Amino acid sequence: MGESVKERVIAILAEQAVMDTADIRMEDSLEDLGLDSLGLVESIFAIEEAFDISVPFNANEPGKSQFDISSVAAVIAAVEGLVARKAA
Amino acid sequence: MKRVVITGAGTINALAQDVQSTFAAMREGRGGIGPLDIRDVDRLNVKIGAQVKGWHPEEHFSRQQILLYDRYTQFTLHAARQAVAQAGLDFDGHLGYETGVVLGTAGGGLTTQDENYRAVYEEGKNRVHPFVVPKLMNNAAASHLSMEFNIKGPSFTVATACASSNHAMGLAFQMIRSGACRAMLTGGAEAMLCFGGIKAWEGLRVMSTDACRPFSLNRSGMVQGEGAAIYFFEEYEQARRRGAEILAEVIGFAMTSDASDIVMPSKQGAARAIAGALRDAGLNPEDVGYINAHGTGTSANDKTECAAIADVFGPHADRLMISSTKAMHGHAIGGTGAIEMLACLLALREDIIAPTIGYEEPDPECALDVVPNVARQARVPVVLSNAFAFGGMNAVLALRRAP
Repeated sequence: MGESVKERVIAILAEQAVMDTADIRMEDSLEDLGLDSLGLVESIFAIEEAFDISVPFNANEPGKSQFDISSVAAVIAAVEGLVARKAA
Repeated sequence: MKRVVITGAGTINALAQDVQSTFAAMREGRGGIGPLDIRDVDRLNVKIGAQVKGWHPEEHFSRQQILLYDRYTQFTLHAARQAVAQAGLDFDGHLGYETGVVLGTAGGGLTTQDENYRAVYEEGKNRVHPFVVPKLMNNAAASHLSMEFNIKGPSFTVATACASSNHAMGLAFQMIRSGACRAMLTGGAEAMLCFGGIKAWEGLRVMSTDACRPFSLNRSGMVQGEGAAIYFFEEYEQARRRGAEILAEVIGFAMTSDASDIVMPSKQGAARAIAGALRDAGLNPEDVGYINAHGTGTSANDKTECAAIADVFGPHADRLMISSTKAMHGHAIGGTGAIEMLACLLALREDIIAPTIGYEEPDPECALDVVPNVARQARVPVVLSNAFAFGGMNAVLALRRAP
């Protein structure tokens, strides 16, 4: 466990957004990163694969999903929550 | 140019296994969506679908035929037999050479692929049944129709995802209109409700896990269905001369490509297809009384489709009715346009507009008359049927009452 959840999520988002990890700010929204709906679905898939978790997300009702995607920080917190629940 | 009429129809879908019972279900606003009964359903997140229940192929086909017919081919043949019986023709004479088969399907023999991949990858088998290829190919159903009825004219299959059968029926219409053929068997079929078929769709995260609620603010995505609908399209003078019962006249067709995104629909592409169908049929927007919507129940489709209709019809958009029957028979992917054509026939023949069931909350971005939950009695002269596929390929048909 070298990298933290935060570092790994940022790396996944950076790869999808074709950005340098250093340019990703915690307060950025996914739109700020230039991720469209396919990019978002792909990022969630990559997160599920990386952490072996299941992310509750339906593209039809992103607001209603328990998975908060409003900012980079929110995504990291949500993934940390899912990873902790898996470990418990 | 020749005029084109429909003189035969047949179907099998989650609502019923023939046209009249499907009409009855649409009239009653009855839904065919329920728990999926398929192998490994416990490994799916999406456990609902509009599945054809009570289908016993051995009641319709010989053992040898069943070995050759994927589920989608079985559905196609079952529907086609009804359509040909209603048309009341045989193709043994010259008519056989001047009749063709154009069908739409997206997955073709996907159930056969799923079963055989399972056999070689999961179960580690090194041998498969000799008929796997002729069973799974996308033109298998069209070929079996041509063989069953001795139809020897132009025959092929088109695949444009969720618009496949609208493209097929549009091409069949054009071939008769141009004089290339005197009659066509056309429509489409899909049988994608198998583990791999649903698992692939889950990946996109556009599927609902509870219900299909087109145009409703609380809609949560699409629900897959399966089935087939097949029609007999015929040149009008021939139908009139032989005194055939005419179900409706096909009067216009247009197809466009969004050229923008592989999954997100475009308002402009949809609007151009709708306007193109009106132009092709020589119609004014005010002539249209009902539109069978693509209405998938996804966030993106439903608002884009309503915006496209509002653009094309202007103030008349508030006076016409639109409904999505997918909430009843599910989204039958490549076969869906053909099944939805039944709602158009119901409107034109019986003055009944099939409802959009599952509707709970108005969405300001879908502020049209979507005929919520309950069928409506209305006499409409002209109807449209929309299909807007992934890949941005759009196909819209225009029909009117029998002449």
